[in-house]
Amino acid sequence: MSNLQVSLVELIRRTSAEIPEDVHKAILHSLEQEKKGSLASNAMAIIDQNIALARRKSQPLCQDTGSILFYVHTPVGYDQIQFADTAREAVKEATKKGFLRQNSVDSLTGRNDGTNVGIGAPAFHFHQHRGSELEARLVLKGGGCENVGAQYSLPNEDLHANRDLDGCRKVILDAVLQAQGKGCGPGILGVCIGGDRATGYELSKTQFLRRLEDRNPVPELDALEQDILMTSNELGIGPMGFGGKTTLLGVKIMAANRVPASFFVSISYMCWAYRRQGVRLNATGEISDWLY
Amino acid sequence: MQPGKSVTGFTKISMIELTFPFNENQIRALKVGDEVSINGVVFTGRDAVHKYLHEGGQLPTGVSLRDGIIYHCGPVMLKQADNTWKCTAAGPTTSIREEPYQWQIIRDFGLRGVIGKGGMGERTQVACREYGCVYLHAVGGAAQVLAERVRQVRNVHFLEKFGAPEAIWELEIVQFPAVVTIDAHGKSLHEEILARSRAALAERV
Repeated sequence: MSNLQVSLVELIRRTSAEIPEDVHKAILHSLEQEKKGSLASNAMAIIDQNIALARRKSQPLCQDTGSILFYVHTPVGYDQIQFADTAREAVKEATKKGFLRQNSVDSLTGRNDGTNVGIGAPAFHFHQHRGSELEARLVLKGGGCENVGAQYSLPNEDLHANRDLDGCRKVILDAVLQAQGKGCGPGILGVCIGGDRATGYELSKTQFLRRLEDRNPVPELDALEQDILMTSNELGIGPMGFGGKTTLLGVKIMAANRVPASFFVSISYMCWAYRRQGVRLNATGEISDWLY
Repeated sequence: MQPGKSVTGFTKISMIELTFPFNENQIRALKVGDEVSINGVVFTGRDAVHKYLHEGGQLPTGVSLRDGIIYHCGPVMLKQADNTWKCTAAGPTTSIREEPYQWQIIRDFGLRGVIGKGGMGERTQVACREYGCVYLHAVGGAAQVLAERVRQVRNVHFLEKFGAPEAIWELEIVQFPAVVTIDAHGKSLHEEILARSRAALAERV
């Protein structure tokens, strides 16, 4: 096995089994907030115990090891084809080892060949940069939270949402209401205002690469993030939809250009089992740094 | 029905012990918000199994859901050297996808409990009241805590047909924690929280 493949198997293992530090911190904060002995507090306690157990046993935090999304920044001229081939082998290997569930199904035949490799699976997002380093980030996104994602086209008459920031606020909060606990809350929102139907969703997911505690450099978006977070946590949906103070752990929003005729707001929901990790790789494919 | 013994982890004094086979009176006595600790044999079944049964498919020999529980779960299973299975991750999957089918499976197969996450809709709620069944909400994503409560993987059915996550796994569980969120009195925690949160949102937009 090449160094790169070994590194990518380790990236997958750690992403699947270990919650990132920033997310764990938010979960512990939520556990403190919830009333002791409530259903919400008991659910958060089980979640915290699960985090410790998964790490100790090197086993998946959640059995739905999700869609496998690679975000790779490469130096100019790097061989992306070889990276993708190696990553596919790493995915197969990680599946054999139980870091990933046999989780990829042929949509026409319903067949699951047990490898997690097929058309569009895993997914790769390659970007070249001027630097000399290779950075590979991985998000494993479960189906339960993916299913509660939503895309709105503004204006939306039912929600009285116009083509402005208040309209965006209304539809984002509607998505939180519709999701209830179904996406394994407390959740984290990744939102893209603008783009087209495909890029809107795609960019909304890049927001999950941000650290939970960071602040948006765009003042209007920062205000909207804080507002959505605070308002959502006043709705009383709570962990698992059991009721309680923590409906969301974080909100991350970006804006992308759109064509004049379209105004999409695309919302991706990430469950508490927020699996995101990243590595910086040296020239021989070994891990030099962890990014989160 | 006895209060649960206080043991390791999250089995608490206030938990109600449920042990297979479950009887109708015991199930009908449960109320929304009760925390339960489940013991005995349960069968997993999710999208493919529900659709199959809804379309008139027969349960494989050796599988009975009568007075039993179906668990909406697609576990991670590893085959051991001696050909037995080890359950390494086993949290609940989203239940609402089974809403078109669940009422019928409760009615026709005599289910007393459905374990899942995210809640279910009105048809399931009505079937729970009508036939004496409850919906038991496990903590979504808690795959390791819940896998630890699987004492033994007794058998697997439809592994070839549906693939590992969608197969019917026969699990012996011990002190498996869940919350009653739809009871047999026609009450649903999900309905209550949705109504309350909708009203709270209306004041804030």
